Amino acid sequence: MSDKVPGQITYDIAEREIMSSGHLACPGCGATLSMRLALKVLGPRTVLCIPACCWAVIDGPFPYSSVGVPLVHCAFETAAITATGVRHALDVRGQKDITVVAWAGDGGTFDIGFGALSAAAERNENILYICYDNEAYMNTGIQRSSATPVGAWTTTTPAEHPKEEPKKNLVEILGSHRIPYAATATVAYPDDLNRKLEKAKNMTGMRLLHIFSPCPPGHKSLESDSIKISRLAVETKVFPLYEIENGTKFTLNRESAGVPVTEYTKLQGRFKHLTEAELKQMQERVDYEWDILMKRIAVFA
Amino acid sequence: MEKVLTGNQSVSWGAMRARAQVIAAYPITPQTTIIEELASLVSDGKLDARFIKVESEHSALAACIGAEQAGARSFTATSAQGLALMHELIHWASLARLPIVMADVNRAMAPGWTIWTDQNDSLSERDTGWLQFYCESNQEVLDTVLLAYKIGERIKLPVMLILDAFFLSHTAEAVNIPEPEEADAFLPPYEGDLIVDVENPRAFGGMAGVDYYQEFRYMQQEAMLEGLKVVEEVGKEFGERFGRHYGLIEPYRCEDAEAIIVTSGTVTSTARDVIDEWRDRGESVGLLKMRTLRPFPIDLVRETLRGVPKVGVIDRNICPGFGGIWAQEIKAAMYDVDQADRPDIYGFIAGLGGRDVTPITVNEVLEKTLHPEKIEKHLNWIALKA
Repeated sequence: MSDKVPGQITYDIAEREIMSSGHLACPGCGATLSMRLALKVLGPRTVLCIPACCWAVIDGPFPYSSVGVPLVHCAFETAAITATGVRHALDVRGQKDITVVAWAGDGGTFDIGFGALSAAAERNENILYICYDNEAYMNTGIQRSSATPVGAWTTTTPAEHPKEEPKKNLVEILGSHRIPYAATATVAYPDDLNRKLEKAKNMTGMRLLHIFSPCPPGHKSLESDSIKISRLAVETKVFPLYEIENGTKFTLNRESAGVPVTEYTKLQGRFKHLTEAELKQMQERVDYEWDILMKRIAVFA
Repeated sequence: MEKVLTGNQSVSWGAMRARAQVIAAYPITPQTTIIEELASLVSDGKLDARFIKVESEHSALAACIGAEQAGARSFTATSAQGLALMHELIHWASLARLPIVMADVNRAMAPGWTIWTDQNDSLSERDTGWLQFYCESNQEVLDTVLLAYKIGERIKLPVMLILDAFFLSHTAEAVNIPEPEEADAFLPPYEGDLIVDVENPRAFGGMAGVDYYQEFRYMQQEAMLEGLKVVEEVGKEFGERFGRHYGLIEPYRCEDAEAIIVTSGTVTSTARDVIDEWRDRGESVGLLKMRTLRPFPIDLVRETLRGVPKVGVIDRNICPGFGGIWAQEIKAAMYDVDQADRPDIYGFIAGLGGRDVTPITVNEVLEKTLHPEKIEKHLNWIALKA
């Protein structure tokens, strides 16, 4: 990493491309950019375990594959445990240097795969779990998941009755398992993502990376706005960039930019039904959650 | 080496002699003593394996799938509800062509809660693309673990070996345990060729459109048919090495039989004694032990039962709305036999939920099969309480 001057953008992104073109992603897909960036850091000695999710499709149909590393497709609820099985087998076979990654969407992580994820975390399995979070079941046509934010439209939470429950806090829950590392990241901050991947790659035990991934068809946003939405998610405090080491040491990676939540919501059709009062409530909730996070950081600093 | 082992210990010792490398399991009665023994063997360093103590049977099989895909010999064991919870991945393991070996200790499905034996759990997995072997003794259990790996790894299909709850799982008898070097000579280390390899990256199990899927199924079926030959070949080799022979089926005193009864699992041992008594009295009756459910040995079953006037099938299971599952299989196999040579086949349901199947039960089945005037051809309940 080069010396940083405050305010100056100096991204250190590896030139190498492990992933190839020809994949089946939608234009503007944050999950695909996440994979491209992740593989640059993780390198060719990586095995991916991918359950049912957008990425089960994006990689390409048999006999094609675009990721450039071995990819074990697995059942919806089994990303963490399949990766665990691969990890133990590679260890037994003397291939301990290979990074084993479970790469799953929010449905496979927050919902159906949560039991296996929690169990792998409890056993502190030596895997890197990456959740690319597009905040709903996008692959099956935008149904709500427990990662869908409160107020959002999905095909199972119509605009007349949008999602009433707040999003599950994945990173805090995984942190409570006292795993070595849990962190958030998003594609608008590739330097931060890079650093976290590098850090996670070089640790042993269970590591979790939660990547917020804009989804133009699911969020009803412009393909050209994906990076902007990713950045605004952080600047509005909707998706703070932070990390938790050993479950207790919280570190904030990006200060609040103080941008109002409406700057984030107005770019996404999934929030367009919200009234001024509801948007105000959303702002209050975001501020409240941010305050809690600041307190945690302060307590364990 | 000879040791007194329970059926469950025989499973564990079989897995140890097979040098299973990754074990993943979740406890369920009556399987528990299998994994307790394995945990001890691993802990004592007698078995050099990773034992992943997972949070569910679903994850147990998923871990084996991951391990096997990455080239390690894997093992799991379960019963009843646990097997049912695995169901999605039971299909997965076979379509992914991963030669995992699993022991299922037959236990009846709930409700009502029961821990006693019957075959509905394993028979419900008939159509998943696993080979299934039903064992009769603890010796057969141990030997079948070794056979299962050798057979499965040759045809790239997973194998389930099945033993009755308590009648085998918790009953001890003398078992001959192959020495490690003998077992190694029979079963060399696993060399998977379609496994995770960072030097040659491939995607496993990705989207298969209409251009491919049917051919995957065709290849799976072809592997099963190949399995018919491989089971016999490997069984023969095992017999030459260890003096114990295992094939697809075991006919017993079937020559010129007026009636043959068909059994599986521990009911076979009871039936064998009964057949001996009847034969000693000069009655022409025989026994067909079904060791293999899949691949179904259609030709051998036809050969054994062709021209036999009467066949009685004892089913320790029920397919509600149809009848006994083995009876259904036997009837399907005999359909293409010329009518003149086709036996009358009578179905008997007995021993569900662990109810004892005694010589009295088998005698009743034999009597009724030989004198069927007062019974139903398709389905008869034995020892049913009024």
